[in-house]
Amino acid sequence: MSGAAAADATLVRERAYPEPLREQGQCEVFCGLSAIVWLHRKMHDTFFLVVGSRTCAHLLQSAAGVMIFAEPRFATAILQERDLAGIADCHDELDLVVTRLLERRADIRTLFLVGSCPSEVIKLDLQKAAERLTKGPLGLGGGGRVKVLAFSGSGLETTFTQGEDQCVAALVPELPRLPAGERNLLVLGTLADVVEDQFRRLFESLGIGPVHFIPGTDTHALPPVGEGTIVLFAQPFFNETAGLLASRGARLLNTPFPFGVEGTLAWLGAAARAWGVSDEQFERVTAAPAERARGSLGRYREVLAGRRMTFLPDSQLEIPLARFLARECGVELLEVGTPYLDRRAMQPELDLFPAGVRLVEGQDVERQLDRVAAERPDLTVCGLGLANPLEAQGLRTKWAIELVFTPIHGFEQAADLAELFARPLLRSAALKV
Amino acid sequence: MQLTVWTYEGPPHIGAMRIAASMNAVHCVLHAPQGDTYADLLFTMIERSERRPPVSYTTFKARDMGTDTAELLKTRVQETYDRFRPDLLLVGEACTAELLQDQAGGLAESMGLPIPVVPLELSAFSRQENWGASETFYQIVRRVLHAQVPAPGSAPRAPVSERCANRRPLANLLGATSLGFRCRDDVVELTRLLDSIGVDVNLVAPLGATPADIARIPEADFNCCLYPEVAASACGWLERMFKQPTVKAIPIGFGGTRDFLREIAALTGIDVSAAVAAGTSRLPWYSRSVDSTYLTGKRVFIFADATHAIAAARICSEELGFKVVGLGTYSRELAREVRAAAARYRVEALITDDYLEVEAQVAALHPELVLGSQMERHIAKRFGVPCAVISAPHHVQDCPARYAPQMGFEGTNVIFDTWVHPLMMGLEEHLLTMFRGDAEFHDEATPSHLHSPAKARATTPETVSVADSSPAADPAPAAGVVWSPEGERELKKIPFFVRGKARRNTELFAAERGIQTITVETLYDAKAHFGR
Ligand code: SF4
Ligand code: SF4
Repeated sequence: MSGAAAADATLVRERAYPEPLREQGQCEVFCGLSAIVWLHRKMHDTFFLVVGSRTCAHLLQSAAGVMIFAEPRFATAILQERDLAGIADCHDELDLVVTRLLERRADIRTLFLVGSCPSEVIKLDLQKAAERLTKGPLGLGGGGRVKVLAFSGSGLETTFTQGEDQCVAALVPELPRLPAGERNLLVLGTLADVVEDQFRRLFESLGIGPVHFIPGTDTHALPPVGEGTIVLFAQPFFNETAGLLASRGARLLNTPFPFGVEGTLAWLGAAARAWGVSDEQFERVTAAPAERARGSLGRYREVLAGRRMTFLPDSQLEIPLARFLARECGVELLEVGTPYLDRRAMQPELDLFPAGVRLVEGQDVERQLDRVAAERPDLTVCGLGLANPLEAQGLRTKWAIELVFTPIHGFEQAADLAELFARPLLRSAALKV
Repeated sequence: MQLTVWTYEGPPHIGAMRIAASMNAVHCVLHAPQGDTYADLLFTMIERSERRPPVSYTTFKARDMGTDTAELLKTRVQETYDRFRPDLLLVGEACTAELLQDQAGGLAESMGLPIPVVPLELSAFSRQENWGASETFYQIVRRVLHAQVPAPGSAPRAPVSERCANRRPLANLLGATSLGFRCRDDVVELTRLLDSIGVDVNLVAPLGATPADIARIPEADFNCCLYPEVAASACGWLERMFKQPTVKAIPIGFGGTRDFLREIAALTGIDVSAAVAAGTSRLPWYSRSVDSTYLTGKRVFIFADATHAIAAARICSEELGFKVVGLGTYSRELAREVRAAAARYRVEALITDDYLEVEAQVAALHPELVLGSQMERHIAKRFGVPCAVISAPHHVQDCPARYAPQMGFEGTNVIFDTWVHPLMMGLEEHLLTMFRGDAEFHDEATPSHLHSPAKARATTPETVSVADSSPAADPAPAAGVVWSPEGERELKKIPFFVRGKARRNTELFAAERGIQTITVETLYDAKAHFGR
């Protein structure tokens, strides 16, 4: 059976998934600023300047963990008492900070001003500041080299991975127009370079091209977008960007995400169908890598099959990853939490979801932990703040944050992805202490 | 606005969390947006804490703003009380909540909970973490003890020696906290040390204390202020209100520990001469043994919290025979003390919380050893300089499984090992010098314990811009200066592990004097100049 046809079959099977349980208690998730940690590594010519408080600076540094670089391409302009009391004009101060920064960093060609909770509460308009700075001496408008853009990573508006959505959304108005009659494929979401290359090769063999990945390494060579653009989402958190791309005429593909063999086949299949690739061609290109991935998955399926798992809300990857674990690794899902449920993005995933899984939107961390304590899953996927306390109760955990830093997409990474979940179980079996 | 790459201290509410996480039967409610919950991982990951910090957050969102945030706070306070039943509740605001002006502390106080509610004014936009810890601890102590404060005019407290005429003196150990550097082991070591001179520990706080313990503070004869960053305000208040004396000597290092014992002796009348004389420290002998000769005059740069920085400078100078070439702190509250210490070593104190400034200093001073926080570890790694971590902020690898106090006599043993180890062993250095012509000892050979400094120096492009701002960091020759072939040949004869320094110094010397070409003469002129 061809992968493209298989994906079709799942898409027509309209199954109303039960409404999620909605919780509104204490949330235990990062804010969108944390996305800077991986975005700045992908976008080599870009600097991220958070306009916020010491808390924001501390969050970034804690989320970055041990990855302390010489001088990273992110920093925080910390608001001080004098900025708030109106003694100093915030915009003047910001201009000063940015000018100093850009003078020091000749390698920077795009600067993002990143909004935070404090900058939002005091209504500091960073969009306007970005426009002003772009016109300034170092900005493109002033004949300089730097494009200044703005987005919000505030915890009032965004959770964790939504920071990437906001960042990419800020790039959309910068994308050039795709000439009428031409077409291209846009792949959205930060991918490890090795994964990007794998996908490039697959698309090439399928005869799909040109293919562009956003965000990319060079922000001054942005891909064009227009009526002939087909958008494929590699990550499930691009709500805002999706809307903007649609309004520029692009066609958005709704498909399961490329995790595991099934997800990757469906994802590539959606692109292949949209591009007009024949089923035979699709089959010829994907059969071998899909088979190889199935083979290497087998080893971890043995470890994972029948294990009971709970996902606490974290990165928005919970639903696609849970789907992969249930359908390809035989995991029994107890609860799958997600910070918010984006129906448009998730429906194809939910169509594949096993029945009877407790789906929870939002969070009340205390109640959630009560349920974990009562059900004692074999593995709980959770944030770094919760992992050790759960381990101390004799429960096995997997750090959710690793799932956004590790290459997990596509055929070649399917087994690696399963291994991430199998490792804590194998380790606990090995330890005699 | 202050441009910040890395921060030494977190915001003040992190300090409040550290106090809550140190204590038992205390809970903290923070009015804060969801992203601020990242702070939990500091405790559970860096310290491998087995429990979540006892902190609940309101995690308000944009949709709650304006109308509902105050209501949300009350709900969270009530839920927290119902679920955790603490004996004391702290209520504070993170930066964003401070801007909302919900008066979280006051609101919570007005709810009529049957436990003490301590409102915290944390000044998120002007203060930092250690201040927040100090303020929180002080507020708890005040709140729990205010009813016990003797009325003005009541009989004065008898002097310690009189109070202890028929019993062993009692001491409180104050200031140890969660996420403080080695506090867990320090209090164990000091409890043993005090026991050895006949002093009992009444309690340790905040680490491991309950509010009920705090209520017993006045029972002790004196307080030991172990970490002034956290405990100085509380100790000052106890001194004023309860006439409870404070022992201020910090028992880090051989001299520091002896001073600490002597200060207690003066207060209690206990004879500590035996303890002071014998000690259980191997540091004095290890430092005198011939192998340590090579430590003489090693140039050390120190940057840490004030407590550890001041102690480290004294140990380096008086107990290890190093030369302190730089001393600084990010603890602005104790800048005066650090300046005074720096004056003793004839250096100018560096008081800053700007990581890049510290980096520029390290680059300019070319130390042979860096003692600092995890930040300095990264700086030192980049410059290929040996380093030991002596202070918070620190990482998970600085919370060892083994017993590794910094305080007391055992602390001096730990310090000797951990500070000297990163340097080359004396014998090894001699051998290198002796055999430097041999094939095995080529220039690229590095001591196995230095994690490939050659690679560390070949930094990412991102370092280059740092170097740009601090010319001394750049190994490239100073503008316009070139080496004559003979000069270059002579330079090659200098042992490779000091050659880099010789090259930099000579180039600096030449550049300052407008010398275009460095000859053998210039090389030796520079050597004479810097050798002075
Ligand atoms: S939640 Fe808000 S205040 Fe906290 S770190 Fe994120 S942006 Fe900064
Ligand atoms: S190389 Fe290893 S053995 Fe030799 S001195 Fe350094 S640490 Fe000790």
